[in-house]
Amino acid sequence: MTATIEQKPEAPSITSNVRGYAERVRGGDMGALPAVLGLIVLCTVFAIMRPSFFTAGNFANLFTQGAAVTVIAMGLVFVLLLGEIDLSAGFASGVCAAVLAILLAEQGQPWYVAALAAIAVGTVIGVVLGTLVAKLGIPSFVVTLAAFLGFQGLVLVLVEGGTNISVRDETILAISNNNLSPVLSWGMLAIGVGGYAAIQLLRARKRSRRNLASDPISLIAVRVGALAALGGLAVYVLNLERSRNAALVSLKGVPVVVPIIIVLLVVWTFVLRRTAFGRHLYAVGGNAEAARRAGINVDRMKISAFVICSSMAAVGGIIAASRASSVDPNTGGSNVLLYAVGAAVIGGTSLFGGKGRVLDAVLGGAVVAVIENGMGLMGYGSDVKFIVTGSVLLLAASVDALSRKRAAATGLR
Amino acid sequence: MTPVLELRGIDKSFGPVQVLHDVALTVRAGEVTALVGDNGAGKSTLVKCVGGIHPIDSGEYLFEGKPVHVHSPREAAALGIEIVYQDLALCDNLDIVQNMFLGRENKRGLVLDEDTMEEMAARTLASLSVKTVKSIRQHVSSLSGGQRQTVAIAKAVLWNSKVVILDEPTAALGVAQTAQVLELVRRLADQGLAVVLISHNMNDVFAVSDRIAALYLGRMAAQVKTSDVTHSQVVELITSGRSGDLGLTNGVPA
Ligand SMILES: Nc1ncnc2c1ncn2[C@@H]1O[C@H](COP(=O)(O)OP(=O)(O)OP(=O)(O)O)[C@@H](O)[C@H]1O
Ligand SMILES: [Mg+2]
Repeated sequence: MTATIEQKPEAPSITSNVRGYAERVRGGDMGALPAVLGLIVLCTVFAIMRPSFFTAGNFANLFTQGAAVTVIAMGLVFVLLLGEIDLSAGFASGVCAAVLAILLAEQGQPWYVAALAAIAVGTVIGVVLGTLVAKLGIPSFVVTLAAFLGFQGLVLVLVEGGTNISVRDETILAISNNNLSPVLSWGMLAIGVGGYAAIQLLRARKRSRRNLASDPISLIAVRVGALAALGGLAVYVLNLERSRNAALVSLKGVPVVVPIIIVLLVVWTFVLRRTAFGRHLYAVGGNAEAARRAGINVDRMKISAFVICSSMAAVGGIIAASRASSVDPNTGGSNVLLYAVGAAVIGGTSLFGGKGRVLDAVLGGAVVAVIENGMGLMGYGSDVKFIVTGSVLLLAASVDALSRKRAAATGLR
Repeated sequence: MTPVLELRGIDKSFGPVQVLHDVALTVRAGEVTALVGDNGAGKSTLVKCVGGIHPIDSGEYLFEGKPVHVHSPREAAALGIEIVYQDLALCDNLDIVQNMFLGRENKRGLVLDEDTMEEMAARTLASLSVKTVKSIRQHVSSLSGGQRQTVAIAKAVLWNSKVVILDEPTAALGVAQTAQVLELVRRLADQGLAVVLISHNMNDVFAVSDRIAALYLGRMAAQVKTSDVTHSQVVELITSGRSGDLGLTNGVPA
């Protein structure tokens, strides 16, 4: 057996990267493509049919409207990665929001105590759900369906049968109702783009110094440029005056939820892609038996995924409470869960486990928010919205199932 | 010299079905021990017991002469036992490097040290002269059966282990790759490792092994030096549990 090195790292260039991407798409690994195309199509259609869709004010609305669902979807990605599901995430967010509201309004606790308590409740919920799934082996579908009903009742108990608890704490209200100052908005963008560029360049340099295949500078430049352009456009639009009566109250800047979502996105992406914990999550989702034989504690990974999911649902609940300035029996109910699952799947996270990113939740969340918002502007009621969102979810699930089939056929999965 | 791995009186049942009866096995450093037996004889089960996948019901498990209890794959790996399972334990959704280091990732603080892992994986694969893999960052799902097999073997070789157990590593391979794997098996043993090779192919067994252990219906029929037996004797041991003086009499070792 000769020891010839046949590892020829394909001379990396933009063209080879593009070709690789095209191959992956053809092989069934579409990634974010459907979500991005969907966004473009939806935005074009709504902009043509309702010019008010394309205003700075509505653009800002999209973020605050979609934030809670997006955050819940981010948590769901972790559970979906394992091939499990959490149907109770919506009402878990309701329960946590109710805890927040009670601590703020009835106990007079400061906002950080209330928020931490709400997240702690989410964590406990996750431990319970995860333990039932991992240790008792009850299918997550059943466990979380039961929890879905249970939590719905629990919210009713907490808000005492139908009344609503208003949230008046300024810090909590700021999350969904305030904006960063325009200067701060630009600063945030600069830090974001600069940080992204620095990380990419450093990694490429480190790898090429060790003779490992690295991304070409031109590709990095394209990526950073695209981020700067899109981000710059968004910040520019959000920094426009959106108040009808600017003399009375000025309304401009990036909504506070945006940096919150970006921080969550960065943190969870880091966890999934750069830590052993994240690697093991993918492994369990891809082949639980292989993970077990590699010495990974599969039960603990499952419980952690549910803990992350329910804790993120709590954060989503806090954002929802902030937006509505109150918590009522419907907080986290109705279409919240469906939207959140839809967001993750539309973004490209597989229902079969092993494939997904936190970014998927954000992209899918954007699609869901655009549908909800655009249909609202067109004057459709809940009836049509439900039907359309349900169809979109079904469509996304079909794309998921078909691309999986296609991948199996081409051997790419 | 004490054998690296020694099993005595191993029993293993799955519910009411007893799969292993009073099995003994001795594995020595620097030797290839071929484990043979018909389909369902219990070879894979025995290997999974060694690897901590299945707990043994009773019996002694000695590693380097000392009794040990292996309850998990991690504990087996910690002893220096690496197993390439028949049903390959690879994750389709991870790439080659990720699979090779699964569960034992190199880290710098919290962060995975991808570059070092990639270099080590490339070096190991190169030493196995893997020629057909396009990139070690490609998902395992896109590999052929033989390529996957090589990745699984590379994963076992990566860890400077003392015992490497290969469960039918050549079953899915073409002629050239089979020869390569067998050559590798021999070389690992020559480097001082203890190698256990499970195979149904008598030519392969006689080509590389120093000793042959034959399982028959969950019982160890015989463990003999390869040079002391012929093809047909081994085939008899496999199919009927005995051959001349060798093997089981009325289901009990002679
Ligand atoms: N997890 C299990 N549960 C119940 N029975 C099992 C299990 N694993 C194996 N068996 C049984 O144990 C017996 C031995 O199986 P094993 O896989 O060890 O055979 P083998 O010698 O490796 O066969 P082959 O050459 O076909 O790979 C078979 O009868 C099988 O049905
Ligand atoms: Mg077997």
